Amino acid sequence: MKNLLEIKDLKVTFPTDDGFVNAVDGVSLTVAPGETVAIVGESGSGKTVTSLSVIGLHNRRVTQISGSIIVNDKNESLDIVTAPLDKIRSYRGRVVSMIFQDPMSSLHPYYRIGSQLAEAYLVHNPGQKEAANKKAVEMLELVGIPEPQVRAKEYPHQFSGGMRQRVMIAMALMNDPAVLIADEPTTALDVTVQAQILQLLKDLQTKLNMGILLITHDLGVVAQVADRVSVMYAGRIVEQGNVDDIFYSPHAPYTLGLLKSVPRIGAKSSERLKAIPGQPPSLINLPTGCAFAPRCEYISLAPSGSCASLKPELLGSNDEHKSRCHVPEGMRDKTFAAEIKGARA
Amino acid sequence: MPRFILRRAYFAVLTLLLVSVVVYGVFSILPFDPAALTCGQKCTPQVIEANRIKLGFDKPLWEQYWLFLSGIFLGRTYGAGSAEFTCPAPSFGYSFNENMCVTDMLKEALPITINLAIGAFIIWIIVGVGLGLLAANFRGRWPDTISTVFVLLGTSMPTFVTGLFFLIYVTIKWKIVPLSLSGYISLLDDPVKYFQYFILPWITLAILYAAFYTRFTRATVLETLGEDYIRTARAKGLSERVVLLKHTMRAALAPITTSAGLDIAGLIGGAIITESIFNLPGLGRMTLQAVYEFDLSVVLATTILAASVVITMNLIVDIAYGYLDPRVRMK
Repeated sequence: MKNLLEIKDLKVTFPTDDGFVNAVDGVSLTVAPGETVAIVGESGSGKTVTSLSVIGLHNRRVTQISGSIIVNDKNESLDIVTAPLDKIRSYRGRVVSMIFQDPMSSLHPYYRIGSQLAEAYLVHNPGQKEAANKKAVEMLELVGIPEPQVRAKEYPHQFSGGMRQRVMIAMALMNDPAVLIADEPTTALDVTVQAQILQLLKDLQTKLNMGILLITHDLGVVAQVADRVSVMYAGRIVEQGNVDDIFYSPHAPYTLGLLKSVPRIGAKSSERLKAIPGQPPSLINLPTGCAFAPRCEYISLAPSGSCASLKPELLGSNDEHKSRCHVPEGMRDKTFAAEIKGARA
Repeated sequence: MPRFILRRAYFAVLTLLLVSVVVYGVFSILPFDPAALTCGQKCTPQVIEANRIKLGFDKPLWEQYWLFLSGIFLGRTYGAGSAEFTCPAPSFGYSFNENMCVTDMLKEALPITINLAIGAFIIWIIVGVGLGLLAANFRGRWPDTISTVFVLLGTSMPTFVTGLFFLIYVTIKWKIVPLSLSGYISLLDDPVKYFQYFILPWITLAILYAAFYTRFTRATVLETLGEDYIRTARAKGLSERVVLLKHTMRAALAPITTSAGLDIAGLIGGAIITESIFNLPGLGRMTLQAVYEFDLSVVLATTILAASVVITMNLIVDIAYGYLDPRVRMK
């Protein structure tokens, strides 16, 4: 099946007072219909910049962007990187929609919920007020808001955080988009609400057959909903594979570090969390070699000097599962698998 | 909502009472004799005493205050016999310098000040908010620079500089606006003369406020543009114009309204400098003159008037805020 979203070699840089920030450095990924692709990484790894550029919401005046972001709709397609703003705007909310991290501040405090929803429909279907209002109530019902007729007339401050995220989802889906970008959709919510929102997203995905690009730093969320995963570090994808590959046979030392640092139920209370030592590098002056090398425990396994001088390529023995590391894959398979088992024992 | 307004109105009356007591008190402890001020150089003690009794200054302070207060609602009669005269309600006292009931003086001065304030307000809101929006929209580019220059000039040039400049150049040297000799003419009677009379005072007064509102609008709009819900609006596919003029302005409106309400209230209390430069017989100039001449009843009246305008505008702003911000409406 044709991919809905194809990002190829995306590079995003922008100037700051201290120099050029290489926020995204050669990211490639695809999202197919009905599929959830997760981008995982810590703060500053470039995942949010990637997601914002997909909808063309990066700061166009200062940002330099190259590569391509092809969005395929039913019978049209568009490269967001080169398209004029007008064209991108006609895609926003119609072909590609986005929901954001903080539902408390993402809704306009002064407009009624119903009219904010209707507006999303009216942008792309001008003049059809009645249809827009009808669709707004329908969507509220679809995302599980009780008494949608009444609630549509209320203001955001009358909704709880979870309810507001439901409203945001309803708003994003007003025009049945092909792709939904969810930028940390559950980070601001407590855990029970988080599970409800994720379940809702999954249900809606099955119903509407849309592709979801999920941005998160929470491996628990990834395990629950993702089909495929891209792990980002310092603006690059360090490992890409399906969810089982990532969780059961990680190939990049960074992924392994992330997995080992997740707290587990049943761990002894005396046991310390295994954090990755050190700090992520500044995106202004990236090291010439592997960006993760200064924090990596496995440098000794790699051919000597390669980690410090050469950027590893994104490679894998099969196309589905790729990673960046100078340590030979066979050696990683054995060592890392054993470590994961050890950590889960 | 009606309950809220009633409660606020109750506090407004209380505040006004307090203001009148304080003003009355302050003037009663000033070291001069109000009766002595009622006649000029050739005053004899007999005339002073007669005036004292006529104006009620012989009575104890609390009774004087009571007479003043009841005069507002019932009118007040001064003197007795053939010299008797009455200031009908609402009476704010009698000005001996002008030989007039203060209420009649207010009736003459107030329309001028109100016309001045409202005209200036319209200009400064249009210029200030418009320029502020432009500056925010083109942040860091030339419209922003122009607005910065305007703000700098507007705030650093006092009203008496801009006012005198307009009067000397625009009216006298370049003769663009003729010098208005006819005095105040209502808009309905002669629109052309009305505008000739007010245009320069309006601009003079508006420049100062417009500069402030440019800055204020720019800051508020820029702050709002950084909000998450503005990003949401863009993600919907809305055009920049709708994002700015609908979503952003809607949020920026509340603080601008608050500020505007209080500023216009302050102006109705009298724009002393502007009125003096352009020789407008408004409330500000009247107060100033009254202070020079120790004309207590006039100062008292204008102070209470100004206080009640500020209190009323405050109430109006609060009510307006309830309509502008749904989060306030609920409480």
